[in-house]
Amino acid sequence: MHARTDAADTALNWPDDIFATLQRFDVRQVPYVPDAGHSRLIQRVLGSSTMRGIPLTTEEEGVALLAGAWTGGQRGVLLMQSSGVGNCINMLSLIPILRFPFLTLVTMRGEWGEFNPWQVPMGSTTQGVFELSGVKVLRASNAAEVPAVLEAAAAQAYNALTPTAVLLSQRLIGAKVFTK
Amino acid sequence: MSKANLLDRRQVVSALLANRKDVVAIGGLGASTNDITAAGDHARNFYLWGGMGGAAMIGLGLALAQPKLPVLVITGDGEMLMGMGSLATIALQKPSNLSIAVLDNEAYGETGGQASHTSAAADLVGIAKACGIADARAISTLAEVEAFAKAVHDVSAGPRFANVKIDSASVERILSTRDGTYIVNRIRGDLGFQPI
Repeated sequence: MHARTDAADTALNWPDDIFATLQRFDVRQVPYVPDAGHSRLIQRVLGSSTMRGIPLTTEEEGVALLAGAWTGGQRGVLLMQSSGVGNCINMLSLIPILRFPFLTLVTMRGEWGEFNPWQVPMGSTTQGVFELSGVKVLRASNAAEVPAVLEAAAAQAYNALTPTAVLLSQRLIGAKVFTK
Repeated sequence: MSKANLLDRRQVVSALLANRKDVVAIGGLGASTNDITAAGDHARNFYLWGGMGGAAMIGLGLALAQPKLPVLVITGDGEMLMGMGSLATIALQKPSNLSIAVLDNEAYGETGGQASHTSAAADLVGIAKACGIADARAISTLAEVEAFAKAVHDVSAGPRFANVKIDSASVERILSTRDGTYIVNRIRGDLGFQPI
């Protein structure tokens, strides 16, 4: 499904690097909306004895869930796709108001070899939407930089209460190929 | 709009919180947060002034983080309708310590009293049941409210949902603090967590 990963250094194990970082930061609640780019990470989370994968019906649920998790003493991370960021906008207001550590990992669509035009508008504004909402944006464009970007993102989110989104670029994930 | 023999919202919330012990109570955006405040400020009150539709999910996150603690979400029909999908998410996670009480006056009382979907079509108890929350009750008497309040303390038998039909009378606004960081950190402090 995810063919055309063109970069030579795009190893397949970057989701495992993400999982390892989340484990090291003692992340316990992992709300997600099912997404092909996150499928390997979701599998790791669902197989973990310390993390709880929590499927959502819409991404904004995850923002509110993480506010409650922090109030109860647990860290979490929200997994979603760029189109889901648009579903979160009002709920993102909870983050500066309640000042809880917010980390989200966003698989990008609509920015690199996209086939589906309907993915392009939200994919093009994802970073702007986050920045207007007070969320810092970091990006990982290839597998080699995933560990360092994740480390930086988790550190500033959990240690400095700096809301952070990591955009996992479509180039990293591979453009979705539709075959007849 | 107002029907006879419907419960008074303040009486309902007072009954829900009368013997609260270690319960964490989360209000919904609007009048339910005022009702919780009117029942008495408490270190374990989570007052919501924004993020409409998020109350039940805040409750889920908290309940999963503190599985031995009774967590009670008290919200309104409008707020619950906005976050209806969260009932499906909650049913899937089965947090046995989470309870949700909806104060259903069939109207958006904060914004001019416009009719809500529950006034003519939507049945929140049916929705909760169909989402997979087995213990979903329609409540119309104070005795039923009291029984529900008692059940909230059983942290092994949830999740549970109650839709409480209340009258649509406007009551005096009793305002809680609006400082969200204070609200969250006060609860965290009471649960034994230090500031970062």
